[in-house]
Amino acid sequence: MIDLPAPKPDVLARRDEILAGLRALLPGDGVITEPARVKPYETDGLSAYRQPPLAVALPRTTEEVAAILGFCHRNGVRVVPRGAGTSLSGGALPLADSVVLGLMRMNRIIEVDYANRLAVVEAGVTNLGITNHIAADGFFYAPDPSSQLACMIGGNVGMNSGGAHCLKYGVTANNLLGLKAVTVEGEIVELGGRHLDAAGYDWLGLLTGSEGQLAVVTEVTVRILHAPEGQRAMLAAFKGTEIAGAAVDAIIGSGIIPVALEFMDRPCIHACEAFAHAGYPLDAEAMLIIEVEGSVEEQDMLLGKLKEICSRFDPISLKVAQTVEESMAIWKGRKGAFGAVGRISPDYLCMDGTIPTGELPHVLRRIGEMSAEYGLQVANVFHAGDGNLHPLIMFDANDAESFRRAEAFGADILKLCVEVGGCLTGEHGVGVEKRDLMPVQFTPFELDQMRALKSAFDPQWLLNPAKVFPLEGNPVLRQAA
Amino acid sequence: MSDVLAPADEAGVAAAVAEAARAGEPLAVEGRGTKRAMLRPVQAARTLSLRNLSGITLYRPQELILSARAGTPLAEIEAALAEHGQQVVAEPPVLAAIFGGGQGPSIGGLVATNLSGPRRITAGAMRDHVMGIRAVNGLGEAFHNGGRVLKNVTGLDLCKLLTGAHGTLGVLTEVTLKVLPAAERSGTLAIAVPDLETGVRALSAGLGSPYGVNGAALLAGEAPRALLRIEEFSESVAYRLGRLREALERFGDAAVIEDVESRELWRGIREAEPLAAQPEDAVWRVSVQPTAGPGVVAAAGLPRALLDWGGGLVWLAGPATADSHRRVMGAARTAGGSFTLFRAPEPLRAAVPVLPEEGKVLAAIRERIRAVMDPKGILSPGRMYAG
Repeated sequence: MIDLPAPKPDVLARRDEILAGLRALLPGDGVITEPARVKPYETDGLSAYRQPPLAVALPRTTEEVAAILGFCHRNGVRVVPRGAGTSLSGGALPLADSVVLGLMRMNRIIEVDYANRLAVVEAGVTNLGITNHIAADGFFYAPDPSSQLACMIGGNVGMNSGGAHCLKYGVTANNLLGLKAVTVEGEIVELGGRHLDAAGYDWLGLLTGSEGQLAVVTEVTVRILHAPEGQRAMLAAFKGTEIAGAAVDAIIGSGIIPVALEFMDRPCIHACEAFAHAGYPLDAEAMLIIEVEGSVEEQDMLLGKLKEICSRFDPISLKVAQTVEESMAIWKGRKGAFGAVGRISPDYLCMDGTIPTGELPHVLRRIGEMSAEYGLQVANVFHAGDGNLHPLIMFDANDAESFRRAEAFGADILKLCVEVGGCLTGEHGVGVEKRDLMPVQFTPFELDQMRALKSAFDPQWLLNPAKVFPLEGNPVLRQAA
Repeated sequence: MSDVLAPADEAGVAAAVAEAARAGEPLAVEGRGTKRAMLRPVQAARTLSLRNLSGITLYRPQELILSARAGTPLAEIEAALAEHGQQVVAEPPVLAAIFGGGQGPSIGGLVATNLSGPRRITAGAMRDHVMGIRAVNGLGEAFHNGGRVLKNVTGLDLCKLLTGAHGTLGVLTEVTLKVLPAAERSGTLAIAVPDLETGVRALSAGLGSPYGVNGAALLAGEAPRALLRIEEFSESVAYRLGRLREALERFGDAAVIEDVESRELWRGIREAEPLAAQPEDAVWRVSVQPTAGPGVVAAAGLPRALLDWGGGLVWLAGPATADSHRRVMGAARTAGGSFTLFRAPEPLRAAVPVLPEEGKVLAAIRERIRAVMDPKGILSPGRMYAG
């Protein structure tokens, strides 16, 4: 289990006064303190960790966010920003002496501008909500994390979320033009704008993916794109993971960048097939789902080339969708992967390392060995084009020993990712989950330099503290612990 | 010519910076020195050149990853990529037409200036493809950030902080880029438009279509032309240009420019050659939302202009006077955008803000960050902001 710093005694002692101050800033039902109503905010997508906060504040405007942050800053109160609470790394986990600053009531789409291909939205608009709003006009917002139905754009900015289609369209950082944000002191700042590449330091880029450490994002200007004429998928199944990995290399080497290139290993294929009956080949060791875009003729041309490439690797099965419906059937199993694993195991941890794609066979072999050593099953789904690996480690949360082993297994996988030249997290963020693994990837000096940059924005470490950076060596939090 | 330090490796860079920090003597940081005349003149007696840190250190075509030491010539990297049919995604410019010939820019210099070409409009900027860096801070301490994989959100993104920081905050010693396959074929639809406003409407219609337009420029002058590029497999280029033509003919007479000629046309746009900047001209780059581009051209009132990025990147050239600069700043501000005084005689660029001034809050954060990364203020002081 991860340690959290001790609550600040002065804040706990002044609880009533602080809550009264917050209520004065958010009249009506904007401040939640009753235990039953605070309960949904005590955890996020990393549900093994739970901690009720001091209070939950639900502002409706940037000005209200500024007022709350200013108040908390003057009173030395820690603040944990929260979108939909879908973080898989515990990024929105509260501290006992913190105010959770929930942005879900800031859910207005302020403007859509097709001529300039942008939309201005508040932080609490859901990822899919943006696309749904503009889909009738043929447009979409590209990053598509699997939680896109629920997750909010403010959280996407905080974590620099990716998705299955980022090989072609990039991650959140590549699809932003501007941010409105509030500093820990409660000052409203605008970063970037409606144009590309604002001159000066790239504050927009620095804030994106900073996990709520530097400021609170309240409004986002995103780039929107016109959808392609159509898309279609194919499925290719192979006798070994090395063979499938070689097929991925050959595809990228051919000059085709598929819009999605997903890899599933044998346990994952079996789990998904049992759940979704998508017609996946159960005798395969590895399977690829490859999607292309364009007109029907262009899809035919690209799928023809891809089929020819895959056929060089002695495939067990090659299935090219002929219709949109067949394409959806191929995706059905993959999209249900998390649910499918949830059905065969009471609980699972979804890991998120990235590796150089050439290391895939080696890494999958090692994960298989570790699975035997820890006595825990694992299924692997993988964004094969960009090397982002999602092992799903199955365990039983009612068994403390099982959870401890699952966490240790996950940590070993992430250390392996770094060892082969990759990183601890590709798209989920460090949060609390991977915080104490940071020294695997960074030297003490590199961590100190990052902490000093955090301090440049937030000298007292009031913004989402105890995340991202190990507590040991922390100039402010260690004293509090 | 000031003294030039040109260490051969990262340890040498670290030692040179540490020594300069101890002595409190500023350094003008440069790659291969092709853009010395950009932004404000640096107040430093000595130059730290990265030209001897050269060479590709890792290239995995199948992983779409290339690492090179900061002083590696862009041309060397492009040649290595071309052998595998790949390219630098952001199409960065050489800018010989703006800054003169020389040996061509280094990859580190292009990252430090975050300069991107026409493909930026859909494929992203240099900053979007910097996956990892090695660098030395203003105390001579070496560090890395990011890595050599395509997706990485571990820790704060110092790759983005240093990209476009013009050699302040840190000295890049090595960069790792995401690279992509080069398209089989290029093709352009050229539309004769009556005015710039109509031209931007045509570009917006093309960029808002499903056909994957990845270059959208507008040649100003007596007979403005809107140019839309497709880069794809051969079959797709022909098909998509045909569909675009049907969709955009309402804006003016349209003609197709084929592969070789299309590539040369966009090379020229990348280099701002159609701007035809005169030797005595100052040159500005203004970034605004695309529909505001023509208004910026009109408000600046300068003799020469070129629009790229769908109308959102406005190159301007004209008399190198404080009055011209005031008009450009005003036009950018009115349009809610950003400007760069890209090239000017030293007295002008020393006397005026070459980038938009930041507000009080951001300026204060900037100073605190500088105190972390370069507490002695020795890395290219004055390059971006006075004082």
